[in-house]
Amino acid sequence: MNFHAVQAIYKFEMARMFRTAVQSIVAPVLSTSLYFVIFGAAIGSRITEIDGVSYGAFIVPGLMMLAIMTESISNSSFAIYFPKFTGTIFEVLSAPVSYPEVVLGYVGAAATKSIIIGSIILITASFFVDLNIAHPFAVATFLVLTSVSFCLFGFILGIWADGWEKLTIVPILVIMPLTFLGGTFYSISMLPEAWQTISLFNPVVYLISGMRWAFYENADVSVALSLAMTLAFLIACLLVVRWIFKTGYRLRS
Amino acid sequence: MSAIISITGLNKTYAGGFEALKNVDLEIRRGEIFALLGPNGAGKTTIISIVCGIVNPTSGKVLVDGHDIIDEFRVTRAKIGLVPQETPNESFETVWNTVSFSRGLFGKSPNPDHIEKVLRSLSLWDKKDTMNMTLSGGMKRRVLIAKALSHEPDVLFLDEPTAGVDVELRQDMWNIVRGLREEGVTVILTTHYIEEAEQLAERVGVINHGELILVEEKDRLMREMGKKHLTLHLSEPLDAIPSALSGRGLAIGGDGYDLVYSYDTKSEHTGITALLSDLRNAGVHFNDLETSQSSLEEIFVDLVHR
Repeated sequence: MNFHAVQAIYKFEMARMFRTAVQSIVAPVLSTSLYFVIFGAAIGSRITEIDGVSYGAFIVPGLMMLAIMTESISNSSFAIYFPKFTGTIFEVLSAPVSYPEVVLGYVGAAATKSIIIGSIILITASFFVDLNIAHPFAVATFLVLTSVSFCLFGFILGIWADGWEKLTIVPILVIMPLTFLGGTFYSISMLPEAWQTISLFNPVVYLISGMRWAFYENADVSVALSLAMTLAFLIACLLVVRWIFKTGYRLRS
Repeated sequence: MSAIISITGLNKTYAGGFEALKNVDLEIRRGEIFALLGPNGAGKTTIISIVCGIVNPTSGKVLVDGHDIIDEFRVTRAKIGLVPQETPNESFETVWNTVSFSRGLFGKSPNPDHIEKVLRSLSLWDKKDTMNMTLSGGMKRRVLIAKALSHEPDVLFLDEPTAGVDVELRQDMWNIVRGLREEGVTVILTTHYIEEAEQLAERVGVINHGELILVEEKDRLMREMGKKHLTLHLSEPLDAIPSALSGRGLAIGGDGYDLVYSYDTKSEHTGITALLSDLRNAGVHFNDLETSQSSLEEIFVDLVHR
């Protein structure tokens, strides 16, 4: 294991985060706070409770997941795309590092950022609503698993993208709608039956449901299924990353 | 001298079907400065990229210090430093951070003393806290060399190291390369500035259309493949070569005042004695003469256009 290389990539990426702290940390916290104000205050005054939880508190797990997913994808896709764009990727490709080490460095740093952001959002939320977390360990587990999975997904996206448009098109056109339709602001059980069935094809439903269970023991699907879906997504991403490095797809000619 | 890089039967065909390398065999000796010459698109960068692990070979074998570049990539890559043709760098990082990053990436523990030594040797010490994006083009190239040297490599690849740099910086670069050679680093440079190879290299390889057409000691190459030119400065100008001297390979230059005779230094008879006799008989008089040797550039042009 080239520990120094993993450390170098990790530190380099973390330094980038702190250099752009406003964009990396303040922006997601601000946008989440706005969600609380708009959805929590405006809609919360009309929907007082869902499954025995106040509406403001109900949306906290979904908002956390929304921020974690979008930030994970954004951070890790940019982390690998930018060296490709500027040409500095040659150094990583010519270094004595294996692909798991490269992934560990880049994805590890991006996941750390996501976990930090998720934690800050949780703290921010506690200023708006009363939070009683039923299973703190499960919250941490879903936080870590979701961060790592979506950072891997972002890493794949960053390698696949050959232009800035492609880099942003997936988060905006795929992830964002899936997250909004995945139960961030409502319970799936509130939908008409047909839409409930359709929603079950949305993988984000399982992630948000799992996190909500960890908070309030309320879930649209069983927590075991949520965990299984999260792990399945993680494994699928790992397999794709392995294939990318094995074939050199868009990295080595 | 033992080989530090050994390339055998190397082929590379890119996805589009372009054959960049055709059965290349090459040995680089430990501690030498080797210049790989060739026109644009000849395959120079592809060879370097394969040895460094950036491009996958289609077939063939490459050993670095006896280790296979694929099976033992950790060992081989740790021994190599690469300065690419372009000057990509981490724009928003400082010189110190970006060079330190390279050292870590290549598996070496932090060593501020070594980084300082490298930066000082490249006249970058004053710029250590400067962001890369604010550096001049020449300084950015120095930073790339510093990055390549940060992990103390045994072999340094310089891909077109002085492309687009001014004359002063080019001289500095040459001095840096000579300094590395004295420290025992094997330097392989690609260039299409033939003067650069002439100044620096001990051996020269010429590649064209993916084929290595020649590998030779530079001095021997110039001696064996070079031609000598005898220039006679005439008393009276000539409009045309006199018929008595036709067929001797003479050329008129200098507005008719120079008569240039090219001859092969390896041949048993240079033909100079007979030429002088024929000149006297033809009534062509000269008041001075000089000889010159063909440059590496002329040899190179001759080789790639054969």
